[in-house]
Amino acid sequence: MKITRLEGTALPMRGDDIDTDRIMPARYLRAVTFEGLERHLFEDERAGSAAGDRAGTVHPFDNPVYRGASILVVNRNFGCGSSREHAPQALQRWGIRAIVGESFSEIFFGNSLMIGLPCVTASPDEIRELMERVEERPNARLRVDLEAGTCALDGFRCAVMLPGHARDALVTGTWDTTGMLLERYDEVDRVASRLPYVAGF
Amino acid sequence: MGHTLLEKVWDLHTVRTLPSGQTQLFIGLHLVHEVTSPQAFDVLRARGWRVARPDRTFATVDHIVPTRERTRPFLDVLAEDMIAALERNCRDFGVRLAGLDDDRQGIVHIIGPELGLTQPAMTIACGDSHTSTHGAFGAVAFGIGTSQVRDVLASQCLALEPMKVRRIRVTGTLSRGVYAKDVILTIIHRLGVGGGVGYAYEYAGDVIARMSMDERMTICNMSIEGGARVGYVNPDETTFEYIKERPFAPGGEAFERAKAWWRSMASDPDARYDDDVEIRAEELTPVVTWGVNPGQSVPVTGRVPAPNGAGGDAQAIADALGYMGLRGGEPIAGTRVDVAFLGSCTNSRLSDLREAARIVSGRRVAPHVKALVVPGSASVKRAAEREGLDEIFRAAGFEWRSAGCSMCLGMNPDKLQGSQVCASSSNRNFKGRQGSPTGRTLLMSPAMVAAAAIAGEVTDVRALFT
Ligand code: SF4
Repeated sequence: MKITRLEGTALPMRGDDIDTDRIMPARYLRAVTFEGLERHLFEDERAGSAAGDRAGTVHPFDNPVYRGASILVVNRNFGCGSSREHAPQALQRWGIRAIVGESFSEIFFGNSLMIGLPCVTASPDEIRELMERVEERPNARLRVDLEAGTCALDGFRCAVMLPGHARDALVTGTWDTTGMLLERYDEVDRVASRLPYVAGF
Repeated sequence: MGHTLLEKVWDLHTVRTLPSGQTQLFIGLHLVHEVTSPQAFDVLRARGWRVARPDRTFATVDHIVPTRERTRPFLDVLAEDMIAALERNCRDFGVRLAGLDDDRQGIVHIIGPELGLTQPAMTIACGDSHTSTHGAFGAVAFGIGTSQVRDVLASQCLALEPMKVRRIRVTGTLSRGVYAKDVILTIIHRLGVGGGVGYAYEYAGDVIARMSMDERMTICNMSIEGGARVGYVNPDETTFEYIKERPFAPGGEAFERAKAWWRSMASDPDARYDDDVEIRAEELTPVVTWGVNPGQSVPVTGRVPAPNGAGGDAQAIADALGYMGLRGGEPIAGTRVDVAFLGSCTNSRLSDLREAARIVSGRRVAPHVKALVVPGSASVKRAAEREGLDEIFRAAGFEWRSAGCSMCLGMNPDKLQGSQVCASSSNRNFKGRQGSPTGRTLLMSPAMVAAAAIAGEVTDVRALFT
């Protein structure tokens, strides 16, 4: 499937270093499929905010004004920590189609790419502006154009970055890598046979 | 100009440049555990693929296994399902498995080195972010997600982008009571939890050169907490001595040939680095985390920071303090702890347990503290029992458990309750990490955990040395 342009309302999730334990608490990894994970997204902190732990704060994922949002806007080093793919899987199953942020952890970025969930970056100032605008007008539609490398919301426009290989993989629909890696298996064998620890010392 | 170990290993394992511009990299060792693999095996089954190189694949169970009552079937049906799925997958696809009652079972990052599976200049992948641990041997080892586990199972390859290399030299002499854990916590504190994104960390300098393999593993283990997916130490005599005569190590003359090759793969003296950092050992002290990521730490003699001014950092500090129930400006020493956890792939090897046992020997765990020791592998457990460490821990009031990830993450029966505070030798103090949504974690060295268990509060372990 080719992924070139994504459009929808946005959901701002403020904070640096949001780790995958927060996104998907470990107890929900006790399953042999990814099905239904979206029900437990940010569960612990959502439970906290529902119970009024932090006075008056509604968790963005519970806030009715963001219902139906498909583009997540985040700050720095999003998805750090555990390599669990359950985190991007749950976001995607919840309805998130793209993530715009200041930066991402490498493993989270790679896991998201592998399931066709683009994570693009913009400058801290642009992210701040974007978040403020979304909070003011939650109904506004955010457009992310991977080919042009831009994102736009109402009158606001900014460049978004995506490493070349990731953009190519998404826009040409080749983000599912296994087929590509299996294409020339004879070359894989050749590399294996030149490694002393595989061939024998 | 010379090359780094990373460059050499990368070149040698490159199959081709993919149309996407990524490198197709051959993976020399694929380690598998029960949590991140079932969905990947299912895809193989659905598409009619086999495991490309079962001879380069090895599985064990660690994350969800109970560490006390291990009779099958488990009370937790979800956990039972996962273990059963891994057993079936390994059987169907011909993958070797060190299962629950195998005497090689243990945390995946502990048993790879123990068995001699982990060797220098290999590429190693595992569906777990702490795979960086294996870099202690001069392997290029990284954590991957489940879709990549599928890729490695099916093709023994990954599609990856090249990494930059930052050399971190630790020089001088560590003072007594300052451990590998303090070194890596300090590195993460200084360079930031996201500071290593895009980099492999090469740990060097005379402090690292003098370290044992156990200590190097502790350092490399937490590379990912600094954002670096890969961390490694160049292989040397210490490395070779460790590997010698392990079950999967080359034997006899082959070992000599292997050594020559391993040596040739180390970074050249004139290698070029994208960044170079020096840490002076004399400046280091025992360190404790006060916040909700591993970069938020202070010396045990220090004070918890206060959220000064406005802006993102002050907000993050305020948020972390709120979660942790700590007040800015207060000394970290004296923070009351409810639980002391000695375990995890960071610090549950024999040398960790020995050091902690030295501290607790002849002392008693504070009455209000629940203290447990969870050896990293069945083999560590046996070795510790041979030395009588279990007796020392039990006599002091610790529980003595069987190998597994245990209270490092909330996936098995070992969990924090409510908002308990845990002095932990593990690697992550994220909100909810230890299994209670409001549980609180203070990361520190095993010796400091032992000291906290005895004192019932965070305390400077150096005061307990006799
Ligand atoms: S001990 Fe903790 S960090 Fe290590 S593999 Fe297990 S859960 Fe992960």
